[in-house]
Amino acid sequence: MVHHDEYHIHKAKILTPSFYVLLFFTVLGFLLIGVRFVKGIGAVSNMSDGYPWGIWIAYDVATSTALACGGYAMAIIIYIMNRMKYHPLIRSALVTSMFGYMLAGMSVMVDIGRYWNSYSFFIPSRWQTNSVMFEVAVCIMAYNVVLMIEVLPAILERFIHSETTRFPKLKHYALIIYPRLDKVLIFIVVLGITLPTMHQSSLGSMLIIAKSKLNPIWHTEFLPLLFVINALYIGYSVVIFESFMSSISFNRPFESEIQRLSKVIPYVTAVWLFVRFADLWYRDQLGAAFAGDYNSWMFITEILLISGGTFILMWRQYRTSPRMVFISAMLLLIGGGWYRFNVYLLGFKPHGNWSYFPSLPEFFITIGLVAFEILGYMVLVKLFPIMPKLHKHEAQTAQAH
Amino acid sequence: MKTTRRNFLKTAAMGGALIAAPLSLRAQEEITANENAVGMLYDSTLCVGCKACVTKCKQVNDMAAAPAPTDKDRLWDSPPDLDYRTRNIIKLYKEDEDGKNWAYVKYQCMHCVKPSCVSACPVSAMQKEEGTGIVFYDKNKCIGCRYCQIACPFNIPKFEWPEAFPKIVKCDLCKFTNLKLKGEPACCETCPTGAVIYGKRKDLLAEAKRRLAANPEKYQKEIYGEYEVGGTNVIYIAGTTFENLGFPELEHDSAALMSEHVQHTLYKGFIAPVALYGFLAMVALKNRKTKQQVEHEHETDHELEEEIKKELKHKDGGK
Amino acid sequence: MSDNTLFSTGLNRRDFLRLSAGLTAMMGLPYAMHTKVAEAATADNRPPVIWLHFQECTGCSESLIRSGHPDPAALILDLISLDYHETLMIGSGYQAEKSLEDSMKANWGSYILIVEGAVPLAEDGIYCKVAGKTAVESLKHASEGAAAVICIGTCSSFGGVQAADPNPTQAVSAASLIKDKPVINVPGCPPSPYNLLATVLYYLTFKKLPKLDALNRPEFAYGRRIHEHCERRPHFDAGRFAEQFGDKGHSEGYCLYKLGCKGPVTFANCSVQRFNDVGVWPVSMGHPCIGCTEPDVMFHTSIYDRCQIHEVTPPDFYPNANPAKRGKGADPLTTGVMGMVAGAAIGASAMLAKKLPKEGEDEDHEA
Repeated sequence: MVHHDEYHIHKAKILTPSFYVLLFFTVLGFLLIGVRFVKGIGAVSNMSDGYPWGIWIAYDVATSTALACGGYAMAIIIYIMNRMKYHPLIRSALVTSMFGYMLAGMSVMVDIGRYWNSYSFFIPSRWQTNSVMFEVAVCIMAYNVVLMIEVLPAILERFIHSETTRFPKLKHYALIIYPRLDKVLIFIVVLGITLPTMHQSSLGSMLIIAKSKLNPIWHTEFLPLLFVINALYIGYSVVIFESFMSSISFNRPFESEIQRLSKVIPYVTAVWLFVRFADLWYRDQLGAAFAGDYNSWMFITEILLISGGTFILMWRQYRTSPRMVFISAMLLLIGGGWYRFNVYLLGFKPHGNWSYFPSLPEFFITIGLVAFEILGYMVLVKLFPIMPKLHKHEAQTAQAH
Repeated sequence: MKTTRRNFLKTAAMGGALIAAPLSLRAQEEITANENAVGMLYDSTLCVGCKACVTKCKQVNDMAAAPAPTDKDRLWDSPPDLDYRTRNIIKLYKEDEDGKNWAYVKYQCMHCVKPSCVSACPVSAMQKEEGTGIVFYDKNKCIGCRYCQIACPFNIPKFEWPEAFPKIVKCDLCKFTNLKLKGEPACCETCPTGAVIYGKRKDLLAEAKRRLAANPEKYQKEIYGEYEVGGTNVIYIAGTTFENLGFPELEHDSAALMSEHVQHTLYKGFIAPVALYGFLAMVALKNRKTKQQVEHEHETDHELEEEIKKELKHKDGGK
Repeated sequence: MSDNTLFSTGLNRRDFLRLSAGLTAMMGLPYAMHTKVAEAATADNRPPVIWLHFQECTGCSESLIRSGHPDPAALILDLISLDYHETLMIGSGYQAEKSLEDSMKANWGSYILIVEGAVPLAEDGIYCKVAGKTAVESLKHASEGAAAVICIGTCSSFGGVQAADPNPTQAVSAASLIKDKPVINVPGCPPSPYNLLATVLYYLTFKKLPKLDALNRPEFAYGRRIHEHCERRPHFDAGRFAEQFGDKGHSEGYCLYKLGCKGPVTFANCSVQRFNDVGVWPVSMGHPCIGCTEPDVMFHTSIYDRCQIHEVTPPDFYPNANPAKRGKGADPLTTGVMGMVAGAAIGASAMLAKKLPKEGEDEDHEA
């Protein structure tokens, strides 16, 4: 199950210039979060009673969990579709997923007003199973735990292989836990596929209840299905994006698995586009979708971005070009995120001339949390065996650099 | 490539429940108000705009004043809208400055027969009282997620944005204050013209219909709240259109019911998630057993196991 | 005001009944009670009253003797038995002091002590002496046998102008020095004489003190803010204010809040009871209320400072049923910064894309 020889620790300096830049934004974000806890949400954000959810939900929760679906999407392709050759990519995908979901969790704690009452979720008499939010919250909490367990082997390996005897106890426990964890890990992994399927769909269901506020271009009973598929192609795109990013910034050769992975994407997006248009046609909203007004343009942008990314990946010659693959992954990331923004913010219009645009502190809290996430990833891959091990000939080229 | 496609379709089939949910929606159940459901009837043509109800509501429910931002001296309690200090408000519709066509309108919670906020709340902080149908809020359970605000078609629940320890604020028909002490909500008790009256929903509906029938030229034909989002316990009659009075035009179906239906189809008895888990686990275990992989795994696992054994032995020996 | 002039010799029956009915209403008693009040007032046991003056201007006494219902003679001779009053009594010197001692002895435990003025404490109270005794001593002595003490005016109730900064004589209110007797404060500068009369008659009628507020003021007179019954209130609700003395708003009779009116924070019945039996009071004549019945307002805030309104009520105008814009929209700075961040992200991605090689390995080369 565990292919411990597939991964290695990326040996590089932790305190790089980009580290300090990210640290700056992290500190700024956390300072503003401090202001939010002392002076209330209204002091830092532009949310209002008409737009009770701003970018903290639309981006940090709805979109960033999708961006954190790399682990989910890769787990499906590896364990369910049995494509073991992608296995080297799973760990870094899982780590990004973990940080993405942690970001969502942290952002939720910043966003909810009465955070001290969140223990309500653990009191069965308060459960309200009709609530989509209940499902999402419980599921995301569970998935956070699952992700941590899934990342645990990397941490344990580090202790097992540590030469220094600074933490002898830790090494001892790691040696005991590791093989046991290894035996049950497949069941955790499957849980790690089931849970995102559940809550990613529910993230879509969340807006069904706001029928009178969400524009009919986006409001449909198929929201859950659209969100799951959307999470999948965002997940694959994110793995590609992240692989290229680490290749460039960590000065590693390109991972060959990536180009093969890009072949999968057009099938997923095609299904999504089909459902999207069939639904619009079925509900007789195609006219509104192309009417040329504000909402229509938001829709057209979303569709253009996604079909643009799909179109590129349909051609073999483009799939072999790292540049084109990267560009299409970017298009799909932005397009997929755009779709989620459309559902949660842009297409959401409560009755009575409400408007919303995030405030600067609100924006920098989001930036701070994202910076924190990237920072965590960068530190973790330099401490623990997460990155795919270089193939031999690639390692030589890397050394030549 | 073929296998990938097949596998992909297999994966897509797991979303069966996701597809089934919306398509089976046709069988939407009827929403009916309880016989004893209580509510209010507001007759815009009777309202003289004295705002006694606004003042009384604030007194009875111990709410702070809401001076306008331009009102530097804090002279007036003049909220522009319902907000975290205002559960009840009187607004004015004026067609033009001459003011030939004008009407007052009172806003507060509509106390839906099928309330979206109750359906949305993850922790039962919003509840609908059995029998009376009063929709009320319990701040001790609330986590402040504001999903009720998203869900409410009338934009009624309000959040204390400037507070470090905020809560949701909305009308509860004075359930814990005036209704308990004096048998009717403060606004109805204090209204000098009887523009807003309290009673059982069915009686109020009958009264509204009586007024409409007696003075058809004075009133709009419809009763707002009779059918909107499955019906509300607070109903309105007026001389001008409800759009003019600032009400949203709403469908007669309840979005809360739609949402619950999707959710129940997916999660009833937790069957679909368990089935999905079982199916995925089966596939994953089967995949694991492919020959090549087992060999590969066996090899690496064996190596690691040996290594671990050695380490442990070494440590025990050392002690 | 009929024949009842300021100097008429007696109180005729009609005026007397009118007075008792008026006072009954003022005390918030049912109308039927007015006969009981009248009985109490005519009973032969007219209450003996001892009236002491300390640091004050005698304005309270002046106000009392200028009331027309009853006129001073009727008040002093018929309604109460004013045994000692330093500025009204005929006797003087030792004779006056003797009548004080006599009255106290004769009515020990039943007379009402009315105190006008604040009491200085600096240097053993030498700043106010009557008959060789300091104010503190006189007050202690006279209150010993009193049934109740009524502090008339703001000076005796709360210290008044003497107690304002820098307070060189360390003046304090008389009320603060009396610990063992019931104290009723009837503040005002001057207070309405009817508030005093009503308080005395209430005591005579029911043999108990009227209901008092937290500052020991009778609730029937000091239970509500002036603002609540002000004749200029509609102008306040509609947002029509006099901005300065003599301007158009002032001459139109608009609300005086912006000129410093303390009506919204002052508990008194001036706007209802009014003064001088002709229905006037400062606000009706164009001067803002100065808050003389409140311990923290007059002599502690400027007359022309605006007060803060605590029980804020809705105005006489309405929010629009269909507002043009709600919620917080974009501002240029935020939009700019977000645009820059988005631009930087896209730029960085473009740079990255450029860095990536255009040609790569064939996808099937390893499969």
